[in-house]
Amino acid sequence: MTDLRKINIDGAEHEVPGDYTLMQACEEYGGAEIPRFCYHKRLSVAGNCRMCLVEWVGAPKPQASCALQVKDLRPNRDGTPPNIRTNSEVVKKAREGVMEFLLINHPLDCPICDQGGECDLQDQAMGYGRDATRFEENKRAVDDKFMGPLVRTVMTRCIQCTRCVRFITEVGGVEEIGLAARGEDAEITTYLEKSLTSEMSGNVIDLCPVGALTSKPYAFNARPWELESVESIDVMDAVGANIRIDSRRGRVLRILPIENDAINEEWISDKTRFVWDGLGRQRLDAPYIRENGKLRKAGWDEALALSAEKLNGAPETIGAIAGDLQDAESMKALKDLLDSLGVVNMDSRPAGSKLKSVAMGGAREAYLFNTTIAGIEQADVCLVVGANPRLDAPLVNTRLRKTWLNFGLEVGLIGKAVGLTYDYAHLGTSAQDIEALIDQKGGFAALLNKAERPMIIIGEAAAQDEAVLAVCAKLADKFGMFKEGWNGWNILHTAASRVGGLDLSFTPGEGGHDTQAMCSGAVETVVLLGADEVDTDGLKDKFVIYIGTHGDKGAHVADIILPSAAYTEKGGLYTNLEGRVQLGAVSVAPKGEAKPDWAIIRALSGHMDKALPYDNLEQLREKLFADNPVFASLDHAPGHDSAASFDLAAIGKVGELSAAPLGENVTEFYFTNPIARASNVMAECAAQDDTANVKEAAE
Amino acid sequence: MAQLLQDKDRIFQNLYGQCDWRLEGAQKRGAWIGTSAMLAQGRDWIIDQVKSSGLRGRGGAGFPTGLKWSFMPKDVGNRPHYLVVNADESEPGSCKDRDILRHDPHLLIEGCLVASFAMQAHACYIYLRGEYIFERNRIQAAIDEAYAAGLVGKNACGTGWDFDIYMHHGAGAYICGEETALLESLEGKKGQPRLKPPFPAGAGLYGCPTTVNNVESIAVVPTILRRGADWFSGFGRENNKGTKVFSLSGHVNTPCNIEEALSIPMKTLIETYGGGVRGGWDNLKCVIPGGSSVPLLPKEICDNVLMDFDALREHQSGLGTAAVIVLDKSTDVVKAIARLSYFYKHESCGQCTPCREGTGWMWRVMERMVRGEADTSEIDTLLDVTKQVEGHTICALGDAAAWPIQGLIRHFRHEIEERIDNYRAGKPVFVSSLEAAE
Repeated sequence: MTDLRKINIDGAEHEVPGDYTLMQACEEYGGAEIPRFCYHKRLSVAGNCRMCLVEWVGAPKPQASCALQVKDLRPNRDGTPPNIRTNSEVVKKAREGVMEFLLINHPLDCPICDQGGECDLQDQAMGYGRDATRFEENKRAVDDKFMGPLVRTVMTRCIQCTRCVRFITEVGGVEEIGLAARGEDAEITTYLEKSLTSEMSGNVIDLCPVGALTSKPYAFNARPWELESVESIDVMDAVGANIRIDSRRGRVLRILPIENDAINEEWISDKTRFVWDGLGRQRLDAPYIRENGKLRKAGWDEALALSAEKLNGAPETIGAIAGDLQDAESMKALKDLLDSLGVVNMDSRPAGSKLKSVAMGGAREAYLFNTTIAGIEQADVCLVVGANPRLDAPLVNTRLRKTWLNFGLEVGLIGKAVGLTYDYAHLGTSAQDIEALIDQKGGFAALLNKAERPMIIIGEAAAQDEAVLAVCAKLADKFGMFKEGWNGWNILHTAASRVGGLDLSFTPGEGGHDTQAMCSGAVETVVLLGADEVDTDGLKDKFVIYIGTHGDKGAHVADIILPSAAYTEKGGLYTNLEGRVQLGAVSVAPKGEAKPDWAIIRALSGHMDKALPYDNLEQLREKLFADNPVFASLDHAPGHDSAASFDLAAIGKVGELSAAPLGENVTEFYFTNPIARASNVMAECAAQDDTANVKEAAE
Repeated sequence: MAQLLQDKDRIFQNLYGQCDWRLEGAQKRGAWIGTSAMLAQGRDWIIDQVKSSGLRGRGGAGFPTGLKWSFMPKDVGNRPHYLVVNADESEPGSCKDRDILRHDPHLLIEGCLVASFAMQAHACYIYLRGEYIFERNRIQAAIDEAYAAGLVGKNACGTGWDFDIYMHHGAGAYICGEETALLESLEGKKGQPRLKPPFPAGAGLYGCPTTVNNVESIAVVPTILRRGADWFSGFGRENNKGTKVFSLSGHVNTPCNIEEALSIPMKTLIETYGGGVRGGWDNLKCVIPGGSSVPLLPKEICDNVLMDFDALREHQSGLGTAAVIVLDKSTDVVKAIARLSYFYKHESCGQCTPCREGTGWMWRVMERMVRGEADTSEIDTLLDVTKQVEGHTICALGDAAAWPIQGLIRHFRHEIEERIDNYRAGKPVFVSSLEAAE
C-alpha cells in the first residue's frame, strides 16, 4: 500500500490506494453504498449497466465507479484532491435514469418470478426507481434459450449485464454464452441452444441479478422468505465447499454457496448445488434384516442386537470400511468400538490408495493438499499426475484456471489426456513418464527447474501404487517443491471423508486387512459405514452390516441395514483435502427412523456391553479432540507451516514403474455417491453429458 | 464576402478524381516529395509542426492532432506502437473520406508513414468501412504501388525506417467508427466500445500503445509539413485553423465535397459550392452542420454562422465531420429527425443500458410525434429521456442519438406541438410516404 492518493468523497478527505476503483474507495472509505448490476468482484469489469455512476466534480459527465481507478483521477486545478460525490443531484438523476431504462423493457411479472424476494433489480428499484412509468410503448419480448437441465431461462427479464457471459468465459472456461445481436435486439444466448458443458454452470443462477437465469429443478418450489437456511459443508468432493442449505418443512429445497476465499471463493459445482433432490429418493428409513435372501423391516432393537451378536465374533474375522461421505465423529465412534473389540481390519480408503495414516508410519503432510487451494494462486508451475481436476475437484480446477489465466501458471499433465479448462503440456500417460520427466533436459523439466513455486497434484488412482508415490516424491524433491515457505506436494482426494479417515488412522492396524483384502474374502463380517464405492461383489456371501442413507450398492449386499442421516441431517466435522477441519450443520431431521451414524454406533456398543464413553455429540467431540488434536483447530489448513518433519523420501516405496496408463479417479462425475445416483437432476446432467459429445453444430 | 480558398492552397488536388490517382499522378501533384527529408528532421519536429499548425482531428471530436500524438509513450517499451487510421466513415451525410480514399490515396499512405514514424509505430492499420468495396480495391492498389516503389515496407523511402501498412475491411457497423470499438473489431472481436481509461495511447490495439486518427487528419499531415505549419495555420480563425473538406448534401442544387478554409460562413459555403439552397436561401428551413449526430440549426442562425468548431459550439451544435446537410422548407423535419433516431437505434451496440434502451424508446416516441399521436407533455418527457441518455453511456453514440432530438425540440418545438394539436383535432396529418431504401 505504497501508492496512496488523497481523494474527497462526499465532502470528507480520505487516503485511498491508487489501484482501488472508485466503487471500492467510496464503499470502503466513504461508507457510501453504490448500486450495481454488471459489476461483480470476481469477474472482469464490464461497466455496461451504468448503475454505479458517481459524480466527479468538474468532469463533464458522471463516471462509472466500477471501472475508474483512483489513480486515474486528476487533482483539481487548485491542487486540492479530486471530489467524488455519491449522493448529489447529478448522481441521483443518473441512477434514476438508468433504473428507468432497465425497467422499461423489464416485465412486471415479479409475482411469478422465482427471483422475487432476492432480486437485485427489485431491491434497487425500491431505492432508485420512479414511482410511475413514463414509457408508453410496448415492452420487448425475447425468446427463451435452452441452457440444459439446470438453468431455466426467461430471457425477457434479462438486463444484459453479461455477468453470465463473463463467468462462463472466465471462470467456467467454456465460451458457451454470449451477447448476440446489437442494440435493443441484443440477447444473451448459448448460440446453438446446447446444454452448457461446464460443471460450474449453476453459478450463473446466483450471478444473474434478475430472474432471467433461475434454477430449473427449484422452479416454483418456494419463496426465499419461506426457507430456513443453515450454513454447512459440502461433501460431494474433498474440497469442502461452504454451502447454505435452504429447507422448508423438513425438505431440502436448494443449496447455495457461501463465500470462503480460502476454498470455494463463491462458487460451487453443479453436483453440490443440484444433488438435493437425491436426498429425498431411495432413502433407507427403517432398519432392515435379510431373511431368506429378502430384506424385511425390523425394529432398531432387533437389528442392533443381531449386529452385536455378529460383531462379538473373533476379531480377526471382522472388518469395517468407512465410505466417502462420512463425518469424523461417525468414523471416530466406529474406530473406538472396533478398537475395544480388538478389530484391526478397518479402512477409510475404499478407492484403494496406498497413502499411510500416521498410525501406519506415514506423515500427515504426505496425504494432504499442502499447497492449499488458495495457495495455488502463488504457484508458477503445476504438474498433474493421474488426475482430472475438472471432475475430481471442480473447485481446485477453477483455481488452477484462475491462476493460469491471471498469473501465467504453466500446467503439465501425466495421465489420460483429459479436457481441462486451460492449456497444458501432455507429458505422457504412465508412471514411467514421471521418471522420464525427472531425467528430462529442457522441455517441461526446464520450466519446473526454473519455477520458484512448483507444485505437483497426484490423483487418488495414481496413489494406489507405492512406486508411483515414490517416484513422484523423487520428482518433487528434485525440482524443489518442498522448501522454506512452500510445500508443493499435493494429493487430490475425491471424497469428503478421506482425509478425516486418515487423520483418525481409520486404517488397517498391525496385520490388518485393507479394503481390497476385505472385499475379496479376508473377513466374514463387514461393517460398511456408508461405503458404497467398494467392490460389493466380493461381499455377497459375507455378513454385511450396512450403515447408510440410500438403497444403493452397499444396501444391496447388506444383511442388516441400519439407516443413518445424510450430510444435511447431522452435524459433523469434515476435513477437506487441505487438512482443514470444518463443521457441518443440521438442516433437516433424518428420514423416518434413521439416526445420526455416531448414535447408531453408540447404541450398538451398548448392545455389546462395550458402551462407548460418550452419550452425546459434544462428549464425542471432546474425546475426538483429546485423542486427535488436529480436529480441534477448526478452519485451519496447515499448508507449509507444520512441515518441519516432512520427509519426501519417506513417501511410497521405490519399485518397478509400470508402462501402463495411470488410472482415472472420477469418471462418472454426476454419479459418484449414493445421493447423486438417487438424484434425477444428476441423471439428466449425465444424459446431457453423453449427448453433448455426439451432437455437433452444422457449421 | 470572405476570401475563398484558392486552388493552389488545396491539399487534396484530386478530390474529384479528374486526374490520375496512381503513384505517378500523385507524385506530380506533390505527394511523396521530400518525405525522407521530413523524417530526417526527427519525430519531435514532426509533432511540433503538427501542433503549431493547429490541426484538430477531422473525425468529429476536433481534438488537437499533435497533442494526441504526444500522448504516445516517448520510448518504445516491450510493446510495439501502432497507428490505426479510422476509415470507417459511416456518419450519415459524411462522404469526405471516401473521395480521399478514392482519388488521393497516396496522400493518406504518405501521411501514415509520417505519422507512424512520429509515433514510432512500425505498423499501421487502415480500418475501412464495410461498404467501401471500391475504395478497398483502390487503397490496396495504392499500397501495393507504394510497396513496389519502396516508399513503404522495409527501409521506407530509404530512411532506414521499417514500416508496414495493412488494410482491414470492416463489416459495416456504424459503431466500429468509435475508436475503441474499432480496435475491438480490428482484434477480431465484436465491435463494442471499451471503457476509458485506459486510453488507446496507453493500451490500445492488442493492449499496445495506439493512436487512432481519422483519414483526413492523417492525409493532410505531409502537405502541412511540406508547406509549413504557418501556411496551414494561416487559414481559419484562432483555434480553428487550416483547411477542411466539407460535404454538402441535401437540398442544395449541387451537392459536393469541397475543401475550404475553416471559419468560412455557412451561407457562403452553401451558396458558392452547393449552388445555393433549392428554391433560394429563403427557402432554407434548417441545416445539420456536422453530420447526423449534431443538433440542427434553423435558418436564423445559418444566416450568419461560421463553419468552425467554436462558432457552431456557441450555437449548441458542432462541426462534427463537417457534413453539411441542408433541409429546405419542403422537409418534414420531425420525420427527418425520426429517421435519424431510427438509425441510432439500429446502430446501438447494445452494450450499455441507457443507449440500448433509450435509443429504441426515443425512436418510438419520435415516430408517434411524426404523426402527432402524442401528448404535448411528452415533448418534455422525450427531452428528459435524451438528457438521461446523453453523457451516461460508455461511448458517444448515446450523445449522438440524443443531440438531433434535442436540436429539434430546441428549434422546432412549435412544429411538434402543432402536429399534436392537429392530430387531436382530427385534422389530416401529413406523413411522408418516402421510406429509406433499406
